[in-house]
Amino acid sequence: MGTVKDRVAIVGMGCTRFGERWDAGLNDLAIEAAYEAYEDAGIGPEEIQACFLGTASAPLIGIGGTVAAEALKLRDIPIIRNENWCATGHIALIEAFMAVASGLYDVVMALGVEKLKDTGFPGLGTGRGMHPVYEARRTSPGSFALIATRYFHANGIPVEKGREILARIAVKNHRNGSLCPKAHFQSPITLEQALKAPIIAWPLGLFDCCGNSDGAAAAIITRADLARSFREDPIYVKGFGISMDSMLPHFRPGFEWTSFNALVVSSRKAYEMAGIENPREELDIAEIHDCFTITEMLIYEDFGFSPRGRAWEDVEAGLFELGGDLPVNADGGLKCFGHPVGASGIRMTYEVYKQLQGKAERPERQIGNPRRGLSHTFGGPPQLSAVAIFGNEKG
Amino acid sequence: MTGIRSFGAYVPIYRLRRDLVAKAWGRPSLGGERSVANHDEDTATMAVEAAMDCLKGAERTETDALFFASTTSPYSEKQVASLVATVVDLADEVLTVDIGGSLRSATSALILASRLAESGGARNVLVTAADSRLAHPRSDMEQAFGDGAAAVLVGQEGVIAELEEIYVLTNEMMDVWRLPEDPLVRSWETRWVLSKGYGALMERAVRGLLQKVSLSPEDIQWAVLPAPDLRSHQRLSRRLGFQSEQIQDPLLEQVGYCGCAQPLMMLSAVLETAEPGQRILLASYGDGAEALLFRVTREIRDLPKRRGLQGHLDSKLLLPSYERYLSYRGLLETVPGEPFRLLPSATAYWRDRDPILRCYGSRCRQCGTLTYPLQRVCYRCRSKDDFDKVRLSDRQGTVYTFSLDNLAGRSDDPVVVQTVVELEPEGTRFYGMMTDCVPSEVKLGMRVELTFRRIHEGAGFHNYFWKCRPVRVEG
Repeated sequence: MGTVKDRVAIVGMGCTRFGERWDAGLNDLAIEAAYEAYEDAGIGPEEIQACFLGTASAPLIGIGGTVAAEALKLRDIPIIRNENWCATGHIALIEAFMAVASGLYDVVMALGVEKLKDTGFPGLGTGRGMHPVYEARRTSPGSFALIATRYFHANGIPVEKGREILARIAVKNHRNGSLCPKAHFQSPITLEQALKAPIIAWPLGLFDCCGNSDGAAAAIITRADLARSFREDPIYVKGFGISMDSMLPHFRPGFEWTSFNALVVSSRKAYEMAGIENPREELDIAEIHDCFTITEMLIYEDFGFSPRGRAWEDVEAGLFELGGDLPVNADGGLKCFGHPVGASGIRMTYEVYKQLQGKAERPERQIGNPRRGLSHTFGGPPQLSAVAIFGNEKG
Repeated sequence: MTGIRSFGAYVPIYRLRRDLVAKAWGRPSLGGERSVANHDEDTATMAVEAAMDCLKGAERTETDALFFASTTSPYSEKQVASLVATVVDLADEVLTVDIGGSLRSATSALILASRLAESGGARNVLVTAADSRLAHPRSDMEQAFGDGAAAVLVGQEGVIAELEEIYVLTNEMMDVWRLPEDPLVRSWETRWVLSKGYGALMERAVRGLLQKVSLSPEDIQWAVLPAPDLRSHQRLSRRLGFQSEQIQDPLLEQVGYCGCAQPLMMLSAVLETAEPGQRILLASYGDGAEALLFRVTREIRDLPKRRGLQGHLDSKLLLPSYERYLSYRGLLETVPGEPFRLLPSATAYWRDRDPILRCYGSRCRQCGTLTYPLQRVCYRCRSKDDFDKVRLSDRQGTVYTFSLDNLAGRSDDPVVVQTVVELEPEGTRFYGMMTDCVPSEVKLGMRVELTFRRIHEGAGFHNYFWKCRPVRVEG
C-alpha cells in the first residue's frame, strides 16, 4: 500500500465560532469557515479544483454538494459529499488528501459544516439510533454509558472512583475550552460541580457529555512540493487510518466494551504510515473524540497513550493536561469546543494545525515546540474511527 | 378424547392498590389490588406471554390453528392472531382467527377450538385470550377491572382435561357495551345488569349443563365462575349450591376482572393444582352464557411446570400512583418526552419479521457462531447464507452491561435501561431496553429473560419488539 506521508500539506484553515449559532444558517457557517481558510492560504475560491464536503444530518433526502455550490459558488468543479456520522469531517479531509496524493488535483478544499440547532435538537448530544426497531430508544449517552459500566467492572474500578476520573477529564476539557474564544462552552468547572451534576445516562453525568453545536471548519490542501509557495509554515500530512467494525457492537458476539477494534486498527494504520512507534512519546498534541469523557479515557488506551486498564493513573498524574507531556483536547475538545458533527474532524485538525504553527490564539494555551500532532473522530453506534497525523516539517 | 393439552397465563407485573384510586376521588375502596399492564403492553403482547407460557417445551410444528380472543384488540382492522402466531413461532400454514366483541369470546373460542380438533380440522389449536378494558375514572369498574391473559392448547392427544360437555345460551340485552369511538366501557343500571343479565344467565347455563350430563353440584370439584364483582360471585355460588371448597377464587382481590380472559385465567389457576379424575365446571358470561365441563386426566402429572397464574401473581411491583395508571393507559396525557423521529417502515418491518417478531438469530453452519439478529454473512468466519435460524425468545441470560438513560424515556417513565444481554448458553448478544424493573436495582450479571413489547407508535401502526426483564419467576 502507498502512503501520503509528506506528499500532501495543509496551507490554509478556517473555523467558525462554535455554539448555538441562532444567527447563522448552514450556508453562513460554510462561508465563515471557507473564507477564513482562503485568507489563511492567501487564495481565492477560483483556485479550488475540487471540494470534499462533510455534513451529517442533512434535511430530508439530502443536500448533495449544494452547500459548497450554492453558498460558496464553487461552480463547475467536483463537490463530493460524505456522511460518516461523527467521523464525517475526517473522512472529507482524508478524501482530500487522497485526491491530491493521486495527482489529479493541486489545490482542493475539505469543508465540514453542520447546523444542528435548526432541527430542534436539544442542548445535549442525544443522538439517535438509526433502526426504528433494534435501536428504538438508543441515544448516544445511553450507548457510551454502556462502555463506562463495563469498563469500570472489567478493570476493578469502583463506580464512584471511575466517575471521579471521568470528572477530571471533564474539568481538564472545560479549563482548556475556557481559553478558546471560538469554543461553545467557555466556563471552567470544578471537580465537585462535575460530580454533583445531574445524571444523564448513568453512570455518565451532565459534564461527561458533549453538547449539540453549530459550526463549520475548512482546510485548503495542496501538494507538499507546492506548499511553500502558499506559506512558510505549511503543515504536512504524515499519515491516516480509517477503520469500521462490522455489526453494531451491541449485538456483536463476545464484544467486551472495554476496547474498540476500529480505534486500535485506525490508530495503528496511521502510526505505521507516519512512522510513529511510541505515540505516547512521539506525539506532542492529540485531539481525540471526547463525545463523552469515557470515550476519551478508552481512547487513551486503544491509541496506546496509556497501558490497558491504567489510563486513570495518567489522568491523575496530569499527563493529558495542557501543561502535561501529551496534551489532549487542548482546545476543549468536543466537550467544550463543541460537536457540530460534520465539522468536528476538521475543527480538531484546525487546533493541531495552529498549535504546530505556534499560532494558538492566546500564548497561555500554546504548547511548547510541538512537532507531531494527531486528530481523530469516532462515529456511529460507535464503530467508525478516522485518524490523521500531522507534522510541521518534512521527514 | 378432545380437550386441553396445555395451559398458560399472564398477569402484568404492575399492581395498583385500589386505595390509591379511591383516595384520588374520595370514594370507598374495593380493597386489594388490580393488575395494570405496563405502558409497553397491550392485549397482543399479553396474549404472547400467555401463549409462550402455554407452549413451554412444546413442539411448534404440531399446532395448526391459533385463536385470539379479546374485546380490546390493539387494532380495529388488522388481525392480532397472525401477530401472536408469528411471535410464538408457529408455522405460516396456520388458521388464525380473531374473536372479539363479547366478554365470552375466550370460552367461545375454546368451544370452537375443540370442535375443530374433534372434526380433524386441526391437530392442535392454541386459544389465546387477553383483555385490558378501560372504565371511566372514578367508577367502580375502574377499580374492579384488571389486565391479564391466558392461553390453552386444545387437541386430541395428551389431553390433561377432557372437555366432556358444553351448554350455550345467547341473550340480547344492552348491559355492557362500547361504541367504536368509545375508549371506556358503558353500562346500563347495575342492579338490572347483574340480576337479569349476569346472575340469571350464568345460573341457567350452569344448571343447563349439569342437567345435560345428569350431575349435581356436589359432583364438581372446581366451580370456575368468573364474576364482575365479589358480591355477584358469592350470590351465584350460593344459589347454585356450591360449597366454599369447590369454589375457585375469582381473582378479584389480587388481579381484578380481566374481561374475556378471566375464565381462562381462572381455569389456568385450577389446572395448576387439579388432580386426575376431578371435574371442572367453567362458566362465562357476555351476551349470553356458556358452561363447559372438564374432567382432569392422568396426563396432567406429566405436564412440564410453568408459571401459570400463581407464578405471575407472586411476582409483582406496585405502581406508585394512580396518576401513573391513568397515564400508562392513555387517559392522561403527560408532557411529551424526547420525540424520537425514527421513521418506521411497514415494508422493512415485514421483511425483517424473522428476527424482529420470531426473535430468530443465525447459527453459522461453518463455525457455529450464534448471532442476533440474523446475519447473512457470518460475523466470525464470513461464510455466506449458510446458517440455521434459531429462536431465541425463550432464552434467558445475564446483563453484560447497561446504562440508565434519562434522555430517551417517556416523561411518565423517564429512565430507559439500555441493556446488553448475554443469552445462554452460547453467549449470544441481545441489545434492548429492560422493562418491568426497578432501574436503581439493575446490576451486572442480573438474570433476565426476553419479553415481547410495544416499543413505540410510528407511521400509524404499533411497533413491537423484544425487550428484556428481570426473570419473573426462577426455576
